[in-house]
Amino acid sequence: MTTISHEYKRVFVWEVPVRIFHWVNFLALFALIATGILIGNPPALMSGAEATNQYWFGINRFIHFAAGYIFTLNLVYRVFWSFMGNKYANWKVFFPFSKKRRKNMGHVLKSDILLQNPKNSDFSNISVGHNAVASFSYLVFFILVLAQIATGFALYADNATWWFPKLFAWVVPLFGGDALVRLVHHILMWFVIIFSIVHVYLVFYHDWLEGRGEVSSMFGGFKFVRKERVDTKKDLND
Amino acid sequence: MSISKKKPDTYYESIIKNGFSRRDFMKFTAFMAAYLGYETSAIGQISEALKTTPRLPIIWEHYQECTCCSESFIRTDHPIVADIILDKVSLDYTLTLMAASGHQAEAAKKATMEKYKGEYILCVEGSVPMGEDGIYCCVAGKTALQQLQEAAAGAKAIIAWGSCASSGCVQSAKPNPTNATPIHKIITDKPIIRVPGCPPIGEVMAGVIVHVIAFGKLPELDRQGRPKAFYAKRVHDSCYRRPYFDAGLFVEEFDDEAAKKGHCLYKVGCKGPVTYNSCGSIKWNNGVSYPIQSGHGCFGCSEDNFWDNGPIYERLTNVPGFGIEANADKVGMVAAGVVAGAAAGHAIASTMSKRKEHKERVDSGKDVEKQVD
Ligand code: HEM
Ligand code: SF4
Ligand code: SF4
Repeated sequence: MTTISHEYKRVFVWEVPVRIFHWVNFLALFALIATGILIGNPPALMSGAEATNQYWFGINRFIHFAAGYIFTLNLVYRVFWSFMGNKYANWKVFFPFSKKRRKNMGHVLKSDILLQNPKNSDFSNISVGHNAVASFSYLVFFILVLAQIATGFALYADNATWWFPKLFAWVVPLFGGDALVRLVHHILMWFVIIFSIVHVYLVFYHDWLEGRGEVSSMFGGFKFVRKERVDTKKDLND
Repeated sequence: MSISKKKPDTYYESIIKNGFSRRDFMKFTAFMAAYLGYETSAIGQISEALKTTPRLPIIWEHYQECTCCSESFIRTDHPIVADIILDKVSLDYTLTLMAASGHQAEAAKKATMEKYKGEYILCVEGSVPMGEDGIYCCVAGKTALQQLQEAAAGAKAIIAWGSCASSGCVQSAKPNPTNATPIHKIITDKPIIRVPGCPPIGEVMAGVIVHVIAFGKLPELDRQGRPKAFYAKRVHDSCYRRPYFDAGLFVEEFDDEAAKKGHCLYKVGCKGPVTYNSCGSIKWNNGVSYPIQSGHGCFGCSEDNFWDNGPIYERLTNVPGFGIEANADKVGMVAAGVVAGAAAGHAIASTMSKRKEHKERVDSGKDVEKQVD
């Protein structure tokens, strides 16, 4: 049996700033979660030692705050880039409420989440940049980490002398006190973790099923689309 | 009670009349300036003010409370606070300490409210029950709410003593049967100083009062209406056990070796990291000690709703709505596990559902494989 081997063309999807953002975001989040879990529940390391020569918990907290700053600045940088970058990086992508994008959302939900096999699952339905469900999930993620940044800097503000953390000082009275702010900050971390699990899984899933370089796109920047698609100009993402 | 006098004495006059020396007086002002965090130049200002300003009448109300605030106040370590400011000079009405009682006491209060309308300071100890029309707490035949509204109407400012008056404290802990309500939620048209704590530290209370009477205005307040001089820092940030925290040396149980060595109480539930108060610097009982120094974690007594802020002897707070045993990490781990399981299920289901589509790609890929060497 011979099958048709489609011809593919290489598309440049993720520009360098987007890729830098992505991996800085990953590293900062990784550090924040690791150090955050330790802050929340420090293990009994070296409990027999003298305090004089130790500072590991202080360093742990320092890494958390430093990573918090990097994470926040990186996010600001990404927002800036959403006005400068290509169409796949544009801010509009994250509000997938146009008719086309809603259709794409329906398709993704049906085909990829509920795993049905719609008849006309032709190449025009496959998105080049983010699919509509993914981009919507990034909007939710954005709001989630904004809340994480607000609660984090609110806790940090009291010991800060710089104006930036103080911008978030109003968050504490909103919750009535640090205790609830910390609890919310802690609980939101689990939402970030759950988001990451789903995100990484779905990237692998798409790579496995579609074979267009989903995983490697965040390293090299390229994805592949069928030649017909370029020829017929049937594109969902403009 | 001195309301019958035509022109009230100044503080200085009353202090001297009560047998203190000028030297005592100067020591007292230096002491107060230090607690309020002022420079030495303020000592002159405070003593000047106390010499020239006539005493401010104070009405001190007691509603739903345990009187621990009054107890704390009269134990302030300078005698002038207890003897003069509180007892002999300023208090025109306070059920607990005044000699008069019954109708006499109420008459004294009424007279002060009329004579010094717009001038007197209203101090409130206790929360106000709003449930069942306030019948849970009645004083002199009126509900606490009526009493408060009457007394607040002519007050220059209100001081809400302790956690009861400033956030409701234990009476307002869930399920708050009497609908106990803090003062600032009832009176909204007067300046209110919230001085939380269960009780507040006596020196803090004295500092607030002295500031108000000496300068005739409220001390600088933070966003939550608390005097910055005393509530700007977390207990954690002035705690002498802090080096153990930074070194990661924690007490695991109250009877372990670390507890004996005085390590940080974070993991046995110390609320110092989320509590704003002066315990670490001013301490208690004339600076003798404070809870952490005595081996017990901070309770968080000066924070809003501290009774409902989770278990006292555990670090991580319970997640509301998930039962007693579920803390945030347990709930999070279960949720993450469920999601990971769902992803695994999805992966298995997709190898079946998408097998045709996937096979096509694999086959065409193998085709190409044959065509290349
Ligand atoms: C999305 C990323 C973040 C995650 C997952 C995260 C996670 C955590 C966790 C789990 C805790 C312990 C909470 C507790 O149990 O009490 C914590 C504490 C804290 N976080 Fe974050 N955090 C994040 C971002 C930030 C940011 C951006 C800041 C801002 C500087 C920040 C500042 C803090 C502070 C000040 C504390 C309290 C630490 C202490 O006082 O010891 N966090 N974080
Ligand atoms: S004992 Fe409490 S307040 Fe002191 S350092 Fe430890 S956690 Fe902070
Ligand atoms: S150490 Fe904490 S619980 Fe104890 S009095 Fe101070 S603020 Fe209140």
